[in-house]
Amino acid sequence: MAVDMRLPAILKQISLSGSKGAAASLVVPGDVITTDTGFMRGHGTYLDEEKLTASVAGEVERVNKLICVRPLKTRYNGEVGDVVVGRIAEVQQKRWKVETSSRLDSVLLLSSVNLPGGELRRRSAEDELSMRDYLQEGDLISAEVQAVFSDGALSLHTRSLKYGKLGQGVLVQVSPSLVKRQKTHFHNLPCGASIILGNNGYIWLHPTPMQQDEEAGGYYTSTEPVALSDREVISRLRNCILALAAHKVMLFDTSVLYCYESSLSHQIKDILKPEVTEEVVLQTRHRLADQEG
Amino acid sequence: MATVQISEAEKLYVVHGVRDDLRVDGRGCEDYRHTEIETDVVSNTDGSAKVTLGHTNVLVGIKAEIGKPKPMLPDEGYLEFFVDCSANATPEFEGRGGEGLGIELSNTLYKVFSNKQSVDLKSLCISPGEHCWVLYVDVLLLQCDGNLFDAISVAIKAALFNTKIPKVRIAEEEDGGKEIELSDDPYDCVRVNVENVPCIVTLCKIGHRHVVDATLQEKACSVASLLISVTHKGLVTCVRKLGGGSLDPESIFEMTETGKRVGKALHAPLMELLQKEESLGSKRQKVGFLG
Repeated sequence: MAVDMRLPAILKQISLSGSKGAAASLVVPGDVITTDTGFMRGHGTYLDEEKLTASVAGEVERVNKLICVRPLKTRYNGEVGDVVVGRIAEVQQKRWKVETSSRLDSVLLLSSVNLPGGELRRRSAEDELSMRDYLQEGDLISAEVQAVFSDGALSLHTRSLKYGKLGQGVLVQVSPSLVKRQKTHFHNLPCGASIILGNNGYIWLHPTPMQQDEEAGGYYTSTEPVALSDREVISRLRNCILALAAHKVMLFDTSVLYCYESSLSHQIKDILKPEVTEEVVLQTRHRLADQEG
Repeated sequence: MATVQISEAEKLYVVHGVRDDLRVDGRGCEDYRHTEIETDVVSNTDGSAKVTLGHTNVLVGIKAEIGKPKPMLPDEGYLEFFVDCSANATPEFEGRGGEGLGIELSNTLYKVFSNKQSVDLKSLCISPGEHCWVLYVDVLLLQCDGNLFDAISVAIKAALFNTKIPKVRIAEEEDGGKEIELSDDPYDCVRVNVENVPCIVTLCKIGHRHVVDATLQEKACSVASLLISVTHKGLVTCVRKLGGGSLDPESIFEMTETGKRVGKALHAPLMELLQKEESLGSKRQKVGFLG
């Protein structure tokens, strides 16, 4: 039995002294980006008395003559090739609707999933009827963005064995802006758990699978209880990710691992206490800065 | 009620975790999440408190008004509850979506708090049968992440502690009529005795065990929960079963025992915190809603 009650304190943003920020390209709503009329007005900007002004807080992006502001706090804007983690919201004819924290639900077509029994199988009417046996409402999947429609909705595919239905584990939701784009978003961390860093800010933590079971085509989920030692690692990672996200540290394998290592001196449930969070995140930042040189 | 959708495999993970006494966020079965309490956050109320329990966030404001006592209880004041489910908490509450939950919550709160055992209602009486103080307790749900009852009860206790009711005097007029005179000094006020005000502990049955302070995700894995209101002495004042599932008598007994133990332990740190905040007085830096 533990109750931790306290007065609220104002969250201090920890900043490393001497860290160089790219403050020049950051704007807040109302900031004048340029007074030059030769530029085109893109997303997140508007013209205010001939001056190009930001309408959202974020980073200025310039492509030739087009100026956009990419907001920092936003829903997920998908790009082709992104790895996402999503939850099945609806089963429809020939497709699933997937919730991926973007503005519109994404679609996963029956023709863009790997069904058990090989890649080159024809999709029959029976497959269409048994869609709910593969993926039902509430199930989590990992997938890749195949295409972006004109309205911004995403079309996903799971045509690789690394994608598919997710089994036992923990989902952590953070802002999509905090996930760093990398070559690979699937990691088997040396601390004993695996992580999928979805570009949409959904992060999946699960025990590292013993052997890759390829026969079931990714639709088989183990109902074996997860070992307590694995659970401890996963819970610790979950709290570390939330701690990093609270202090707006970019999430990628190294930062998560460093944070995990700095947190080892504390109990798992204590990581989310403000003073412990601060200490752990500060240590992580120092190590990341040291590594960068 | 605000709910989340989770997959069968995730449910299994949560249930097994509860069995091993290690929940998804690293807590044990009887641990509360990190709680932050601030009182006196709304200036136009007589008492207010804001409680953050993990991601659950509730605001309670108490207004004291002069009303007529109920005919059955002429020498007692009373409390009125209203729960507003803001659509900020979850889009489900938009329009009239939160009405059902609001009524359910306020009825339960009325049962738990508006009785002689919890609050000294006699002290709210001004002149028997004619005037009494009515405490309007308004609860606003700002964020929902499970365990609303516990958070609301802590917030109500904190707000009642913070409530300052102006002192009044009954003056006899020459023609025999009575008039209520309000004290000229705004600091001349009485406080509500919160010693016996209970806190609610909600226990969720997950698998074969039960947990306190369940998150929405954990709530989705449980079919039945038991709500117990406990005073600082460990006295159970109200028990309610929530949810569609069934509980066997043995587990109800176990849950009540846990609830009593946990509820009793909840009061001491809360009162300590409230007293500490009070002693800081105006020196305390207010955080409010932007911290």
